[in-house]
Amino acid sequence: MPQPILSIAGLSKTYDDGFEALKSVDLDVERGEILALLGPNGAGKTTLISIVCGITNATGGTVTVDGHDNVREYRAARSQIGLVPQELTTDAFETVWATVSHSRGLFGLKPNPAHIEKVLRDLSLWDKKDNRLRELSGGMKRRVLIAKALSHEPRILFLDEPTAGVDVELRKEMWALVRELRQSGVTIILTTHYIAEAEEMADRIGVINHGQLLFVEDKGELMRKLGSKQLIVQLQEPLEAVPDALAKQGLELSEGGGTLVYTYDAHAERTGIAALLAALSEAGLRYKDLQTRQSSLEDIFVNLVREDK
Amino acid sequence: MNLEAIRAIYKFEMNRTFRTPLQSIIAPVISTSLYFVVFGAAIGSRITEIEGVSYGAFIVPGLIMMMILTQSVSNGSFGIYFPKFTGTIYELLSAPVSYFEVVLGYVGAAATKSMILGILVLLTAGFFVPLRIEHPVFMALFLVLTALTFSLVGFIIGILAKGMEQLQTVPLLVIMPLTFLGGTFYSINVLPEIWQTISLANPVLYLVSGFRWSFYGISDVDVSVSLVMIGIFLAACIGVVGWIFRTGYRLKS
Repeated sequence: MPQPILSIAGLSKTYDDGFEALKSVDLDVERGEILALLGPNGAGKTTLISIVCGITNATGGTVTVDGHDNVREYRAARSQIGLVPQELTTDAFETVWATVSHSRGLFGLKPNPAHIEKVLRDLSLWDKKDNRLRELSGGMKRRVLIAKALSHEPRILFLDEPTAGVDVELRKEMWALVRELRQSGVTIILTTHYIAEAEEMADRIGVINHGQLLFVEDKGELMRKLGSKQLIVQLQEPLEAVPDALAKQGLELSEGGGTLVYTYDAHAERTGIAALLAALSEAGLRYKDLQTRQSSLEDIFVNLVREDK
Repeated sequence: MNLEAIRAIYKFEMNRTFRTPLQSIIAPVISTSLYFVVFGAAIGSRITEIEGVSYGAFIVPGLIMMMILTQSVSNGSFGIYFPKFTGTIYELLSAPVSYFEVVLGYVGAAATKSMILGILVLLTAGFFVPLRIEHPVFMALFLVLTALTFSLVGFIIGILAKGMEQLQTVPLLVIMPLTFLGGTFYSINVLPEIWQTISLANPVLYLVSGFRWSFYGISDVDVSVSLVMIGIFLAACIGVVGWIFRTGYRLKS
């Protein structure tokens, strides 16, 4: 197996006030993947990113970026990483062009107006290049932060809640951009609490809560493994209530009594489907269609975080 | 050595200055010039020469020093405080730059700016009072060392400051009084002996004295003492900055 581009081992962080933000997190990120870190507010996502990027000191553990320890060989490690922070922090009085060019310089790269121009065009910022940042809308500022991170051609891009407070159109644009970046070989780690975003974008999903990485799974695998399924029975004749004979099956009536919904664990030894269908015909209920539905990542996530409490 | 980063920080800081020329350059030059117009021309005509130098000319080195000190401290502190305040410091902390490079960029820019202002004051003074510079090399040396040292002081204040008020306090409550009491407007020889001794505890005295010596060859303390003192200040500042960066104090949690 190829060496992971980012390897986090035993990472922990306790703040001065005693708050344990991270509890021995282990995580390997594969080259070229999109990894989504999903977790509620205060779960430790931003702390994790801050330590990897060098903004916060770890209390324990190591971070290795493409073979370079991020403390001892910070230059080699950091020069590969681009960070788009969660907060819209910008130099209000600078122009878009100046601030993006500045970022490139900070990362030790020679000026390259052609690259900056490409980045700005890709982010639909080209016609704003001479605007001062304080004149821009929140969505535009978000783009500028992305442009700053891309200005120095990172191999790994951290997007900390990239679409928080961003309208639908821009969100779609960003997703397209992220895919394009991945195509060019950039590894992307994004944090989000929008489950739809993780579902839409990620190859793998890690769930983090109370400073612990609960698991990291291939997205499809995760949804298959943890997903409960629903069997939807479309009845020929609507019902007013679930018949007594079927009460113990945990059925729900919906669509004005026209369908019965049966929720089951897709991985259980016995799903109970056969028994249900037998019970249906015994009760004399006739149905015209059967359908199964996979639960969304959102349901999975809510279940997990609830269990973890 | 990440030269591009030093260049980027330096350029960024200099742009900040030239974006607001009225506030950053014109205003301080005018306000300092007022001192030698008022003190030098109006009051100076009634004061006898000090060791062969007219009063107007006598105060010029001190005024330039005052400009260098206040400007170095305020530029040095604001340059690093502002990113901390707005949060843009995340980029600096996540960039592949060493602390040494960060200091070079910020302190270099702050010192450059205060030296430009010092030279502008010197040129302006030339219109009003007869100036002579006996030791130009030493003058330049004092200018550079003082600007660097106090830009470092400013940088330290900028890192330690928890709010705008603290940022303003040191220049107004420490630097200004020390400059006024450090022989800018008088030779300490005119003071009673007890105050002469007390004045020797004022670091600014050594800077003003040495700087004035480079102009007129007259000084309150020997020029070698002045040079040693400024060397000590510079070393102390470098020590403090080094400690801040080693520990990440007030920069990283």
